[in-house]
Amino acid sequence: MDYATLLQILDSTLRLATPLLLACLAGLYSERSGIFDIGLEGKMLVAAMATGAVAFYSGNVWIGALAGIGASMILALVHGLASITFRGNQLISGVALNFVASGITVLIAQAMFGQGGRTPPLDGAARFNPITLPFADSLASVPFVGPLYREVISGHTALVYVALAAVPLTWWLLYRTRYGLRLRAVGENPASVDTAGVSVTRLRYSAVAITGILCGLAGAYMAAGLQAGFGREMTAGRGYIALAALIFANWLPWRALGATMLFGFLQALALRPDVIERTIHVSIPVPALDAMPYVLTIIVLFGFVGKPQPPRAGGEPYIKER
Amino acid sequence: MTKLPVWADVVLVPLISLLLAIFFSGVVIYLISPDSPATLENESWKAVLDAGRIVVEGSMGSPYAWGYTLYYATSFIFTGLAVTVAFHAAMFNIGGEGQAQLGGLGVALACLFIPWPHWSLALLGAGVGAALFGAAWAAIPAWMQAKRGSHIVITTIMFNYIGAALIIYLLVYVLRPVGQMDPATANFPPATHLPTLHEIPGLNLIFTKKVPANVSLFVALVACYLVWVLLWRTQLGYEIRAFGKSPEAAKYAGISGTRIIMVSMLISGGLSGLMSINNVMGESGRLLQNSSEGAGFIGIAVALMGRNHPLGVLLAAILFGFLYQGGAELGLWTSIPIELRTVVQGLVILFTGALDQMVRMMLGLVFRPARKPEAA
Amino acid sequence: MQGETTTGRQETAAPAIELRGISKAFGSVQANKDISIKVARGTIHGIIGENGAGKSTLMSILYGFYRADAGEILIHGTPTQIPDSQAAIRAGIGMVFQHFKLVNTFTVLENVILGAEDGPLLRPSLAKARKLLGDLARDYELDVDPDALVEDLSVGHQQRVEILKALYRQADILILDEPTGVLTPDEADHLFRILRGLKEQGKTIIIITHKLREIMEITDTVSVMRRGQMTATVKTAGTSPEELAELMVGRKVLLDVAKGPANPGRTILEVRDLRVRDENGVERVKGIDLHIRAGEILGIAGVAGNGQSELIKVLGGIKKGTGSVLLNGAPLDLSGRAADAESRREKGVAHVPEDRQHLGMILDFTAWENLAFGYQGDPAYHRNGFLMDNDAMMKDALGKMERFDVRPPIPTLQGKSFSGGNQQKIILARELERNPDLLLVGQPTRGVDIGAIEFIHKRIVELRDAGKAVLLVSVELDEILSMSDRIAVMFDGRIMGERDPDQTNERELGLLMAGVTNETAA
Repeated sequence: MDYATLLQILDSTLRLATPLLLACLAGLYSERSGIFDIGLEGKMLVAAMATGAVAFYSGNVWIGALAGIGASMILALVHGLASITFRGNQLISGVALNFVASGITVLIAQAMFGQGGRTPPLDGAARFNPITLPFADSLASVPFVGPLYREVISGHTALVYVALAAVPLTWWLLYRTRYGLRLRAVGENPASVDTAGVSVTRLRYSAVAITGILCGLAGAYMAAGLQAGFGREMTAGRGYIALAALIFANWLPWRALGATMLFGFLQALALRPDVIERTIHVSIPVPALDAMPYVLTIIVLFGFVGKPQPPRAGGEPYIKER
Repeated sequence: MTKLPVWADVVLVPLISLLLAIFFSGVVIYLISPDSPATLENESWKAVLDAGRIVVEGSMGSPYAWGYTLYYATSFIFTGLAVTVAFHAAMFNIGGEGQAQLGGLGVALACLFIPWPHWSLALLGAGVGAALFGAAWAAIPAWMQAKRGSHIVITTIMFNYIGAALIIYLLVYVLRPVGQMDPATANFPPATHLPTLHEIPGLNLIFTKKVPANVSLFVALVACYLVWVLLWRTQLGYEIRAFGKSPEAAKYAGISGTRIIMVSMLISGGLSGLMSINNVMGESGRLLQNSSEGAGFIGIAVALMGRNHPLGVLLAAILFGFLYQGGAELGLWTSIPIELRTVVQGLVILFTGALDQMVRMMLGLVFRPARKPEAA
Repeated sequence: MQGETTTGRQETAAPAIELRGISKAFGSVQANKDISIKVARGTIHGIIGENGAGKSTLMSILYGFYRADAGEILIHGTPTQIPDSQAAIRAGIGMVFQHFKLVNTFTVLENVILGAEDGPLLRPSLAKARKLLGDLARDYELDVDPDALVEDLSVGHQQRVEILKALYRQADILILDEPTGVLTPDEADHLFRILRGLKEQGKTIIIITHKLREIMEITDTVSVMRRGQMTATVKTAGTSPEELAELMVGRKVLLDVAKGPANPGRTILEVRDLRVRDENGVERVKGIDLHIRAGEILGIAGVAGNGQSELIKVLGGIKKGTGSVLLNGAPLDLSGRAADAESRREKGVAHVPEDRQHLGMILDFTAWENLAFGYQGDPAYHRNGFLMDNDAMMKDALGKMERFDVRPPIPTLQGKSFSGGNQQKIILARELERNPDLLLVGQPTRGVDIGAIEFIHKRIVELRDAGKAVLLVSVELDEILSMSDRIAVMFDGRIMGERDPDQTNERELGLLMAGVTNETAA
């Protein structure tokens, strides 16, 4: 594989990893607070639909993204209601909301636009447009680093950089702020937070809301960044891959970056089977690449590479006891 | 919270949940109907009522409609039973989708590579293949849950995707006949064709047109009965139910948790796999991509709605059969996409499985005044 | 003028905590009944009582977990509402729970500041806490590595973290619930030194315990609770362990169990150096030797949580252990493949567990299903190799329910529909009618009404008279005294001594239960 091809693949890795990264961080907040969320997929999907629709009408991608976040937040709120207030089964709630999202997005898009459940194509200011970073062109002639900077690092849409920035920000929030301390505590041992006089319910709702915001961004990126408009089931299991990445990352922000980049790389490779064949002279079937994130996660769960340690209070509604 | 009478818990909670789901679906139709909200309000209500009429007529208005409804119901019975058996062992198996698709592989291999003399023998052989492949696909998640404590929900999700990828690989690279474009196996030999209700003497007087419902329906009914026998008439069922209610007490009674998790998940996977005799063998006659078409997931709704009892599963499966067939008709005759059924399915799962406490609380408010004098 | 001085004096002398007429009921159970108590500032006050006497409920009310049905709380003379933990913390109350409320994956510092951070950023709080911890370590021997993860600390150090948490929140009233329950004697001594140091600095300390030795050693005043009521408050210097034991246990009317002298035969059960660890790796049974002969009842007395539960669970095959146990001369598997409940039943061990609702039965199962629980493999319940014989089970259940007077005698009712006493009769019917060689029975009459108690006792004695061995674990001393042929007292995972029921009394047993042997008392 030549350098130019590698750069191309790395470039699409970054693009493909962005929604995974946003969704993975979204899941991180919820699960760190002790609320399992397998509804990342659904939240991304409603966000993608709302973004596609509103960006089309308003012609402004940022207004579209706000709508996406709003739609995702509604689902997050229902999940919070079921999991926190009514102490329902968090897994069933997540599954249910994924179905609701899968259906209702097509219903609404069809009702609004009548294009078979799609939103009309977005262009211009209704999409996230590439941002050329300073000196990208002038440095292009610098050997090795120049092309890397210009082809891979520069020239992405804003949300790619937002997602990347969200990693250190999440780390900082979790490990350097009062909120992060309490968030981590409530997912490990809610009683410790409760006896310290802090509301478990409020903390968990706030985490679920952050999950909603980040899933909203992930969905907005799907509809107005990666693609130009919403299409039915366009998230195509990315919410579940993000979930797998979260386990793979052992619920840690920097490792979430690593895991989603790895899974993004696999997706980028799956788009270029010719490159693999040319490079290693073995043809790897595309479905095998598609399944890789899941297979890798199963291997991690098996405990071959250090046993994952999920937040200990995850999945259990908190009931006050003596 | 007011404690509900048993009958209310068994009958009213799912019923209210269903009504809530239908109500919200009605709201959705109302909101998205093309005339809303620009023109008169009653036009939108008319759209809701029209939709209801099409669903009912399209799914039960004629034997032909019933032929489709029962075809869907057959698949849902299998997957609903699968979720039910696992639920009784406190395992939430959402891998029905992958297990069903692998079951389809079992059916395809049995039908393609064994020369069956008669459909009845083919049904038996393909059924065994379907169940074995489905069970095998549940075995690893089950083992990981029993021995390593990996959450069954996470692992079965992963196995759904791995299974789908595996099937696509096999269809594209291995099982696809030379010269065929679409990723599918060859057509199964005619001897493996299962009689549809239209082809069964006696029933053909009712079902005069060709319908997809086939003899698998009767296998599904037998499966309902057998699952009931298993859960409430055998020692294994007794132990599964005991473990599901209280793993600690089960230990006191000398019941091995590992064994119960493994066995219940294998049975569950087997039942999911078995649905493939209906769609793969009975309907399409070859294995296609995504053969289960979401039926594995509908099993969750069916089991929750059917209160994890085979009789309830049977009724709920027929109900979802209506919904599926009716939803398809809606998609055909109106501008409402068939995805409406996914919404209803999701809402049913939400209200019966996650917000059931809320539904109970609402019912509790109704029952409180009526029960007060009794208590006094 | 005179009035003012009086008021002034009253204020300076106001107790740190005063409770007036506190009552709290859970359903029909009166956990606290009209409790009044004053704890002077700068003293250590002990609250002592048996399990279930209402101590923990009282403290939970003080910490805002429960609201009292009646009564008021005065902190330093000011009536104070404590609706939640936040209010308790504001009132200067710090609580060290029996089960620590720590985040195991956090460092000591992080645990200390959790919920009491100074601002949105952690750095200043951490620095402040680090400095304060250094000071506290110096002043009170409260040294803990501030950067260690809590899960890496010993139990004693974890407890210090809890105390540090309270001090960091500037608590001046410290409540400790069973603080030495999980500590080694050395750690307990260290804790006492810390508490004395805190007292000298003017802190008020309330310590809840059932251990008399500790009360005598550390407290200035002591209150005794019994069945939800405060029976006495005395100065520690003016009392004795014997008097406290009597106050705590009370003079109970001995239940009259019609039982003739025992006729012990050959040894059925022999236990040597049995050790059991709990899930956290803490040793709960620390090398026990005992034996039971055919035709006798060995009673195990002791306050709950001293290893009796683990003992009975290991013998019943639902917990693993080490050491050697011989049943009818043959060794039992304690940790291998045959260390399960099914194997025990096959060998003739019947088990009436202490926790009948969580272990002994499935509340959602019907009575007839519960009456076969654990014996579901019995061929008598099977029609053939595959199907169970529900008719046979039903008939069997009906017979058992009639013979054991289970009310109502309806086999199709769910387990949860029966009263506690009738649930217990269901379990006893199931286990006793198996005619086992060894019966393990834990808390047979807990929460059972008087009439049923007599019936249950009679049935157990009948089994003994039929030449079977019975191991009876109970926290009810009168039950132990009236039922047992020999009594062994467990304390802290060990057997403190064995007594003949005819030659001992409640006071002596109470002392043994509190860890006071003749040697240490002398």
